[in-house]
Amino acid sequence: MYESNLPQKMPLNFSWILKMAWRDSRKNRSRLFLFISSIILGIAALVAIYSFGDNLNKDIDKQAATLIGADLAVFSNRPLSPKALKLLDSLKTLNPKISKEQSFASMILFPKSQGTRLVNVRALSGSFPYYGDLETTPISASQTFRTRTDALVDKTLMLQFNAKVGDSIKVGKVTFKIAGILNKAPGQTGLSSSVAPAVFIPLQFLEKTGLSQKGSRINYNFYYQFPESTDVNKLAKKLDAPFEKEDVNYDTIATKKENTGKSFGDLTKFLSLVGFIALLLGCIGVASSIHIYVREKINTIAVLRCLGVSSRQAFLIYIVQIVGIGFMGSIIGCILGTLIQQILPIVLKDFLPLEITSHISGFAIFQGLILGVLISLLFALLPLISIRNISPLNTLRISFAETSLFKDKLKWLVYGLILLFITSFARLQLQNWLQTLYFTAGILVAFFILYGIAALVVWLVRRFFPASWSYLWRQGLSNLFRPNNQTVILVVSIGLGTALIGTLFFVQDILISRVSLSSSNNQPNMILFDIQSTQKNAVATLTKKQGLPVIQEVPVITIKLDEINGHTAADAKKDSTLNLSKHVFSREYRTTFRDTLTNSETITAGKWLGHVKDINDTARVSIEEGYAKRFNLNVGDRLVFNVQGLPVPAIVGSLRKVDWSKVQTNFIVLFPKGVIDEAPQFNVLVTRVPNNKKSAEYQQQIVTKFPNVSVIDLALVLSVVDEILDKISFVIRFMAGFSIITGLIVLIASVMISKYQRIQESVLLRTLGASRKQIFTITSLEYFFLGAISALTGLIIALAGSWALAAFSFETAFKPDLLLIFGLFTTITSLTVFIGLFNSRGIVNRPPLEVLRKDV
Amino acid sequence: MATILNVRNVNKTYQSAGKVLSVLENINFEIEAGSTVSIVGPSGSGKTTLLGLCAGLDRCTSGHIELNNINLDSLSEDKRAQVRNQYVGFIFQNFQLLPTLTALENVMVPLELRGEKNIRNKSIELLEKVGLSNRGHHYPAQLSGGEQQRVSLARAFSNSPRILFADEPTGNLDAETGEKIQKLLFELNRDAGTTLVLVTHDLELASKTQRIIRLKGGQVISDELTHQALSINS
Repeated sequence: MYESNLPQKMPLNFSWILKMAWRDSRKNRSRLFLFISSIILGIAALVAIYSFGDNLNKDIDKQAATLIGADLAVFSNRPLSPKALKLLDSLKTLNPKISKEQSFASMILFPKSQGTRLVNVRALSGSFPYYGDLETTPISASQTFRTRTDALVDKTLMLQFNAKVGDSIKVGKVTFKIAGILNKAPGQTGLSSSVAPAVFIPLQFLEKTGLSQKGSRINYNFYYQFPESTDVNKLAKKLDAPFEKEDVNYDTIATKKENTGKSFGDLTKFLSLVGFIALLLGCIGVASSIHIYVREKINTIAVLRCLGVSSRQAFLIYIVQIVGIGFMGSIIGCILGTLIQQILPIVLKDFLPLEITSHISGFAIFQGLILGVLISLLFALLPLISIRNISPLNTLRISFAETSLFKDKLKWLVYGLILLFITSFARLQLQNWLQTLYFTAGILVAFFILYGIAALVVWLVRRFFPASWSYLWRQGLSNLFRPNNQTVILVVSIGLGTALIGTLFFVQDILISRVSLSSSNNQPNMILFDIQSTQKNAVATLTKKQGLPVIQEVPVITIKLDEINGHTAADAKKDSTLNLSKHVFSREYRTTFRDTLTNSETITAGKWLGHVKDINDTARVSIEEGYAKRFNLNVGDRLVFNVQGLPVPAIVGSLRKVDWSKVQTNFIVLFPKGVIDEAPQFNVLVTRVPNNKKSAEYQQQIVTKFPNVSVIDLALVLSVVDEILDKISFVIRFMAGFSIITGLIVLIASVMISKYQRIQESVLLRTLGASRKQIFTITSLEYFFLGAISALTGLIIALAGSWALAAFSFETAFKPDLLLIFGLFTTITSLTVFIGLFNSRGIVNRPPLEVLRKDV
Repeated sequence: MATILNVRNVNKTYQSAGKVLSVLENINFEIEAGSTVSIVGPSGSGKTTLLGLCAGLDRCTSGHIELNNINLDSLSEDKRAQVRNQYVGFIFQNFQLLPTLTALENVMVPLELRGEKNIRNKSIELLEKVGLSNRGHHYPAQLSGGEQQRVSLARAFSNSPRILFADEPTGNLDAETGEKIQKLLFELNRDAGTTLVLVTHDLELASKTQRIIRLKGGQVISDELTHQALSINS
C-alpha cells in the first residue's frame, strides 16, 4: 500500500462555497425566502418594539419636564406638618414660582343632565404647569379658569354627559361654569382619565365647596419652578432625608425621567418578550421547512460528495444560503418593523403620558438584523447538520437515514445553543436570573404542552375518525399525514396564537362576570364614603327614605404604623437584617373598630377579642393573613400605630382571612371597640340600588344634599373595568396577532413546500376520474381539518389556562362563553381554509399536464 | 501493467428486519490501470453495491479495497471524498447533474474543487469534445437525456481521473442515443487512457470492454477476457 498516493488535504475554499451557495440557490430562492418569511414578522415585531422603546427613551428625555410640569413637585396625602411647611418655606429663598394644588376624589353633578360622577377634583393655584400645557378647548380656557368660578372638565366626562363649554357643573356647594374641555394635563394618560377623569377648579374656591373638611382624603401638592441657575437635583438630595422624615414625597424632572423610563422600559420589555414568542414560532417553522428542503437536496449533496466535496464544505454551502436568506429576511423584517413602529404609539396611546415620535432607530435595526440572522441560523442548524451524514451512495440509491438525537452529539450542542440563546435574550429583557429561568422554563414547558396537545389531538382525530364517512372526507383528513407533512408544527403555531387570543377573551369575561356576579343576588352594589360623623344619621335616613337598605355603616379611621416590636422605619432602613419593609411604615391604613367579625372574615391564627378590658388595656388588633405573611407580621408582635398624631400601642392578636371580592368594606387592620372610637373618622355606608334609574336619582339626592360624600357605583366600576380591559386587551391582541399571522405564513410556506406532492396527488386523482370539484372539496377539507385541529388545540389550552386562572387566581367559577368559543373556532378555521385554498388555487384550476410541465 | 483497483475478500452485509442480509460474498479481483472492465449480472446480484464500494462511496463489511494503492477501508468519508476528487470519475444512469448549475458549471465543479486554474477554458474544451459547445449555459432541465449524459461525460473526464466508474450509462437512453454515448465514452476513455469500470446488464455494451466480471447472488461467478482484450493482446 502506498499511502503517499493519498491526495493532499484540500483547502476549504470559501470563495467556492459562496459561489456554490449562490448557484445552488438559483431555483430555490423564492422558496427559501418563503421559509425565512416566517421570521419576518417576529423580527418586525421586535424591531418595532425596540424602535418604540428607543424613541420613548429619547422622548422621555426631551419631555420629562412636561411630565411633571415643574422643576420640583412635592406631594403629601395629609396636611403638611409644621416642620414640612418650614422646609417648603425655606425654598422661597431660591425665588421660585410656586403653585399649590389640592386633589381628591369627589362627586360632581351636571345640573343640565342631572348626571353625577365620581371624579378627581384638582383645585389649583398659581400658573402650573410651568412646562407643557393644560391642553384645553378653547386654548384660552387653560388660563382664564384660574381666577373665576370656572372649571376645566376632562373630555371623556364632557362626552359622557353630553356637556358643552358654557354649561355648568356642581362641585360640592359651588357651581362652576365649564370654561373649557381638558384634553391633556401633564402626566395624564388615557387610562388615568378612564379611572378618574380630572376636573380642574381654582384653589381659591375650594373652601366654599365645603369639600376640604377635616377627615377628607385630600392630596396636597406643591409645584416649584426655580430660576435656571438652581441645581434642582442637588436641592432634592438635600431635601430627601427631611422630606422622608415628614412623610412627604417629591419628584424632580430627573426622578420622573428615571421612574417613567423604568416603567415604560418594563412595558417595552414585556412587549418584546411577546414578540420574541412570535419569532420563536417562526423559527420552528423555519426549522421544519429547512428540514424538508434538506431532504429534497439529498441527491444534489450526494452528487457533490461523489465529486469530492467534503462534508464540511457541503454543510457550509447551505449554512451560507441560510445566513444570506436570513439576512434578507431580517432586512425586510426591519423595514416592516420600522413601519409598524408608526402604529405602536397609536396602539399604546392610552398608556402613554407623552407624545411619542417615530424616528427610525439605527440601534433597533441593528439588533433586529443580528437577531434575525442568528436565530434563523440556529434553528436551521438542526436540520442542516444532517447534511454531514448524507452519503455519496445516495447517487446510486436513495437511503437517507436520519441520525438519532442520541447518536449525533452535534444536535445536542445545537439544542444547547438554542436554549442558551433564548435564556440570554430573556435575561436582557428581564430583571434577574430567577425571572429569566421562569420565562425560559415557561417557554419550554408551554411548547412541550402545546406540542403534546397538538400531537394528541391529531392522533385522536386520526384514530377515531369514522371510517364510514365518504371518501372525500377521509382523503381530506389523510392528506394531513402525507410524508414530510408539517401538520403538528402548523397546529402548534396557529394553536398558540388561538390560545393567546382565546385566553385573553376568557380572562376578560371572567373579570367582568366576577364584578357583575358580585352585584347579583341582592348583594350590595353601592358604596358611599367620606360621610362625616355629623352626616351619618342624615345620610342613613335619606337612604331609607329612598326605599334602599342600609346594609352596612362603618366608621373609617386613617392610621399609620410607627413601630413593630420597638423598631421604627429608620431602624428598618439602617438594619436590613430586621427584615422589615419600608412600605409597612410609609403606607396609610384605613381601619375600623368592631366587636364582631363580618361574614367575609375568618380567623386563621390567634384569637379575636372584640373589646379591650379597660381603658388601659392594649388593643389586640387583627391583621389580614396575606398582608401579615408578606410583611412578616405574627401573632404577638407589638405594634405602635399613629392615629392622627397620637401613638396607640397594639398587639397582633389574630390573623384573619378576608374575602375581598365582596362589595363591602374590608380592612387589613381591624381594631376592637374601645380604643380608637373617638378618633377623627369618616363613615362608609353600603347599600343596594335595584336599577340604574333609582341609582341616578339616589346619587343626585346625595350629591345635592351631601356634596362631600362620594359614591362608588358598581355599574361605574363595571364600565371602567370594561374600558381598561378593552384597552389592555387591544395591545395584547395586537401582539398575539403576530403569532397568528406567523402561523399563517408557516402555513403558506408549508402549502408551497408540499405543492409538488399535491400536484402528483391531484394528477393521480384526476387520472383516476376525480372531478375538479371533488379535488377542490378534498383540498378544502384538508385545510378545514388543519384549521379545526389547530383551533381546537388552542381553545383547549385557552380554556384550561382560563379555568386555572379563574380557580386559583381570581377564585371564581369559570363558565366559558359558548358563543365566543364558536366564534373563535369558526374564525381560525375559516382563515386557515381561505389561506390554504388561496395558495393551492393553481393546483386545482389548471389541467394536470400543464401543471406538471410548469411546476415540476 | 500496474494495478489500479485491488479487491480482496470483500463482503458486504446489511441489517434488514433484524436479519443479516449478505449482498456481496468473498469478492476478489484486480483491475489493471488503463483497462476496461464490465461488471454484469441480473438485478439484485450486487453489481451496483460493488461499484459503490470500489469507488469509495461505501465501506465493505470485511475485506480490503485498494484504489490507486490507497486502502479505502481505513479512510474517513472526507478522505475518500478527496480520493474521488483526485482519481475518480463517475457516470450515472440518471446523469446526476446538479439541477441548479448550467452545463458548463457542472463540468467546472470537480476542477473548481481542486482549485485549478484556467478552469473555464478547459471545461469549454471538454464540452466541445462531447459536441455541446453551444449548450454550456443551459440548465440540465433544458437539455435532452442524451445531452445530459454527454455533459455528465465531460464532467467525469474533467478532473482527468485515473479510473472512471459508469453505472448503466445508457440505461435511461433510447437505443440510438445510447449507441452514440457508448461511442463517445470509449473514445474519451481511450484518449485519456483512463481505466473504465462499467456496471451494466447490457451484454452488448459489456462486450465492448476488455474484461467481464459476472456476478450472481453476490458472488463472482466468472471473470473473463472478451474478444476486445484478445484482439488487443494479439
